[in-house]
Amino acid sequence: MSELSAIQFQDLSFRYGERQALQRVSFDVQAGELFSLLGPNGSGKTTLFRLLSTLIPPQQGNLLVFGNDVRSAAEAVRHDLGVVFQAPGLDGKLTAQENLQVQSVLYGLSKTKADARIKEVSDQLGIADRLHDQVDELSGGLRRRVELTKSLLHRPRLLIMDEPTTGLDPSARSDVWNYIGQLQQSTGMTVFMTTHLLEEADRADRIAILNEGELVALDQPESLRSALGGDVITIAAREPETLSRLLQDELSLEPQLVDGVIRISGQLDASLVSDIHQKYSQHIQQISVGKPSLEDVFITRTGHRFWGSSYNGA
Amino acid sequence: MAREVAHVSFVRVTQSLAWRELVRFFRQRNRVIGAIGTPLFMWLLFGFGLDRSFTVSMSSEPGTSFLEYYFPGSLVLILMFTAIYTTISVIEDRQAGFLQGVLVAPVSRSSMVAGKVLGGSLIALLQGILFLGATLFLDISWSWGQFGALIGVLFLASMMMTCVGFSFAWKMESTQGFHAIMNLVLMPMWLLSGAFFPVPISGTGQVSQELLHWGMKVNPLTHVVALVRNLLYEAPLSEKAFWEPLPGTSILVIVVATFLFFVWALQVCKRRTSGDLK
Repeated sequence: MSELSAIQFQDLSFRYGERQALQRVSFDVQAGELFSLLGPNGSGKTTLFRLLSTLIPPQQGNLLVFGNDVRSAAEAVRHDLGVVFQAPGLDGKLTAQENLQVQSVLYGLSKTKADARIKEVSDQLGIADRLHDQVDELSGGLRRRVELTKSLLHRPRLLIMDEPTTGLDPSARSDVWNYIGQLQQSTGMTVFMTTHLLEEADRADRIAILNEGELVALDQPESLRSALGGDVITIAAREPETLSRLLQDELSLEPQLVDGVIRISGQLDASLVSDIHQKYSQHIQQISVGKPSLEDVFITRTGHRFWGSSYNGA
Repeated sequence: MAREVAHVSFVRVTQSLAWRELVRFFRQRNRVIGAIGTPLFMWLLFGFGLDRSFTVSMSSEPGTSFLEYYFPGSLVLILMFTAIYTTISVIEDRQAGFLQGVLVAPVSRSSMVAGKVLGGSLIALLQGILFLGATLFLDISWSWGQFGALIGVLFLASMMMTCVGFSFAWKMESTQGFHAIMNLVLMPMWLLSGAFFPVPISGTGQVSQELLHWGMKVNPLTHVVALVRNLLYEAPLSEKAFWEPLPGTSILVIVVATFLFFVWALQVCKRRTSGDLK
């Protein structure tokens, strides 16, 4: 491969005591990519993020950032990384500017260089006029932007973010996305982020899907969807098992029963929905048809829904 | 492509993190008042209240009334409260996420500890100096040499206690747990420092006095209190009833203890805590 890999996860496993958080995960992220790691809560994506951020060292397998091993060359890796944790990493008692100044010292920027960078990046992210406000007084969206500024001061080659839009309202969320998009285009920086929002993952060049510590899918969002092909019919029924059997026996379909909802996917006849509806109208509460979404990809790969009952708030 | 990697300076990181501690502390005014208020009240109440039932000397020289006797102990209590509680910010930083940001930056753990300890010590020292203002009401004649020496002792003592606080705080997940541990460790340490009552002499034949004597003798805080008292008052305690360390010994004990506690803090912070793994 001529292109340099920004991140190489090689056979990475991690366990907390008894609980296996990551199970032999292997994949590469290319330099310049906007990459999303998608997974429900408890899927192991935060663990993967912690390993990548160098907060904790790998137990098994290797993890390389621009060819540097996070174990043996942690310092080189840290210089390359810009990290945005899920928890707000700012000191609320300091002003935005003061936070940024501390950060620039931590990354070895000289005073002059730091001042120039703080001005440049805060202009870009539109927080220049709020630099002297104490962080505790800023709104969630502004705080995220300060944090993003903070992680960009030393011009990282790789920006990694753990659920960067969690806790933001939709407009602040789309702001963050626009900034990330702009930055990535103007600097060619590689961006790696985790998310549990399906529509967010859809914006990435490529996505990886983690489920229970294992990699279950890796591709461009479009390819993942088109690999499913066709349409998806979703049916909510009073007795889903019974209806599912009827569909199988009488219409020779291959219905999937996922958390009490019947799903039929593939190249489907346009008339199928109305046929089903007419034939089994006494069973059906609701029936809908649509193009496969990332959720459908997830269901196909794992056999359960993205927001399944076992994942609530885990 | 070779990338120019910025050099991260130990001194600048330490300075910067220490400065942050100071700014943070003084922006939370209730902390400033809390750390100095309790010891001040305790000093005044106990000082006046116990004055008549307390004698360390038959003479009435300065330094022998309880209000005066108890002053160095109160000063040390302020240092201790402030120093230890500045290290609570380690727990808060971890919960808030600031600490993680420092841990993944290309800085050494030792510069992080040094920054925290220096910041905490300076805060404690400033609070101590503020409390020294009370000496205006005591019959003390100062020389600049004495004052300088006192500042030196107070700074070292603050560092020592900040290191202790840091080492405990690093492993803690909640500030409540920290309070519990600190009460368990610090209050006895302070009570056995000669702050509240002098160190009894050894060899009186009483087991309780013997235990107290040795318990207090090995406590580094005893040496801090003794040095401070030495610098404030000229009158020694009655030799027949009480033990006092030599100033030289005390200085040595404080320096060595501070160094050891700093090394301890460095060792502790290399360990990962469950907080990082949640």
